[in-house]
Amino acid sequence: MLLSPAPLHIPDGFLSIVVSVICWAITIVTLYFAISKTNQSLGEKQIPLMGIMAAFIFAAQMINFPVAGGTSGHLLGGALAAIVLGPWAGMLVMTAVIALQALLFQDGGLVVMGANILNMGLITAAIGYGLYRSVSGQSKAVKLGVAGFAAWLSVMAGALFTALQLWLSGTSQLNIVIPAMMGVHALIGVGEALITVAALSFIMQTRPDLLGEGSESAKGSRNWIYAGGIISLLVVLISPFASGDPDGLERVAIDMGFIDAGQDAPYSIIPDYTLPFLGETALSTILAGVVGIAVVGAIMVLVGRGLKAKS
Amino acid sequence: MHFDAFDRYHEKESFLHKLDPRVKVLVTVIFIVSNALLPDGAWLAFIFAWLFLLVINFISKLGLGFTVKRSIIALPFALIAITVLFSIPGKPLTTFNFLMWELTITDAGFLRFISILVRSWLSVQMAILLVAVTRFPDLIHALEHLKVPAILTTIIAFLYRYLFVMTDEVFRLIRARESRSGGVAGRRSGGGVLWRAKIAGNMVGQLFLRSFERSDRIYNAMVARGYAGHLYTLNAHEMKSYDYFAAAFAIALIFILQLIGRL
Repeated sequence: MLLSPAPLHIPDGFLSIVVSVICWAITIVTLYFAISKTNQSLGEKQIPLMGIMAAFIFAAQMINFPVAGGTSGHLLGGALAAIVLGPWAGMLVMTAVIALQALLFQDGGLVVMGANILNMGLITAAIGYGLYRSVSGQSKAVKLGVAGFAAWLSVMAGALFTALQLWLSGTSQLNIVIPAMMGVHALIGVGEALITVAALSFIMQTRPDLLGEGSESAKGSRNWIYAGGIISLLVVLISPFASGDPDGLERVAIDMGFIDAGQDAPYSIIPDYTLPFLGETALSTILAGVVGIAVVGAIMVLVGRGLKAKS
Repeated sequence: MHFDAFDRYHEKESFLHKLDPRVKVLVTVIFIVSNALLPDGAWLAFIFAWLFLLVINFISKLGLGFTVKRSIIALPFALIAITVLFSIPGKPLTTFNFLMWELTITDAGFLRFISILVRSWLSVQMAILLVAVTRFPDLIHALEHLKVPAILTTIIAFLYRYLFVMTDEVFRLIRARESRSGGVAGRRSGGGVLWRAKIAGNMVGQLFLRSFERSDRIYNAMVARGYAGHLYTLNAHEMKSYDYFAAAFAIALIFILQLIGRL
């Protein structure tokens, strides 16, 4: 009843172990950076603040507005949290919200929680903050416009990543799941964008100090612009490619050899009662994952350096 | 709103309730991983996994059907897996026309679809049982013992504690909106979608400011009571011999389950 109806919470059983583990690895690396940066830059006062902010995001997801035909728009909050609290704190807050939803309400699985945090907490925060940061110092209208676009894109990115994970797990067919997820979330994203813009404009009017110079949101490194920009670009490039020409993406996956790995993962981990640590097919998927983690790690190090140089 | 409105804990005197939360978290995760590892169509293993669930339901004294009642929560998501019915090559079972497509359900696709649903259904029941027999603060404490960083567990602990307060705040905002949204019967009330979205956004902004200011007051109150960056607990969890025994026994059973699934 009160729970967020966002169809992005993947339950356990829908992702293969290999995909779950890769997502956990990316999530853990990112959170490691988020935690060490937050510990460096924030005092003990910030911990209660982030806790209450997590409760705020959880509660804000209940606020909805009627759209048409019984459907309603509501908030996911990843972009808003990152814009208001800064990117690292925003990621931690979203992680806490998603963890609580999975632990307490079974809204999203436990073993697939890494994927859920990645899709709804980390990617949304990186895109939301990165794009918003790129227009810092511009007029209020530009800021709000970009924030709205970032909020919309963050939802689309979450949907795209969810769809790709489901496909790699062999749970859904690519040429159906991508258009379906992206289509539904193009609408959900509009609700997200409208609420994010209205909430930001309200905060700018009443407490401009929370978003102005010297605020948490202004302190984030400029490298976030690149991080958010790169992920946004990926989403923008992959989505039309995947929905317009799904066979193309499938071909790429087959050429790279990780489509079989993704689909057969449940069989290949412990074949014939022997426990070879990695099946031959799983290895290529994991390699692909390692490359992904390296890229994410490199982006985070860049961001971290920038943050250090600034302080 | 009562403070335990969101609580999923069911007070009972049982072995499972007394078990160390670390053991419960570990066994839950291993059970869910084991489900994910079972191959498609390992029916015997799925049945044994379900029996395992029934037995721990029984031990928990919550009733045999306790977890089944809430387990349909993940079912709507099954829609996303429906495409495997048609996409996996195999012997055609049935063919029908849907809109403009001619769809053929294959036996391999059917097998995979049902297996995904069963895995999900078993896993979600275990997760339901975990929070039903473990107090949430204990669960967070267990996560801390299992090396989840303190900053995350502390944020989750705060989130849990203030969940109902912020939800009350949302209800106040929604009540205020309702009471100002009178309409005449038969006539469309309220503005367009954009206007409604703006109102909802303002409510979110308002909620943010109230939360922000509340966190300030909470912090001051905590400092006044000696807060210095750490949360302490009086409930020191210690692993006893029966905790180790229960963990080993459960993990051995799950391992046998894996063997059955691969026979």
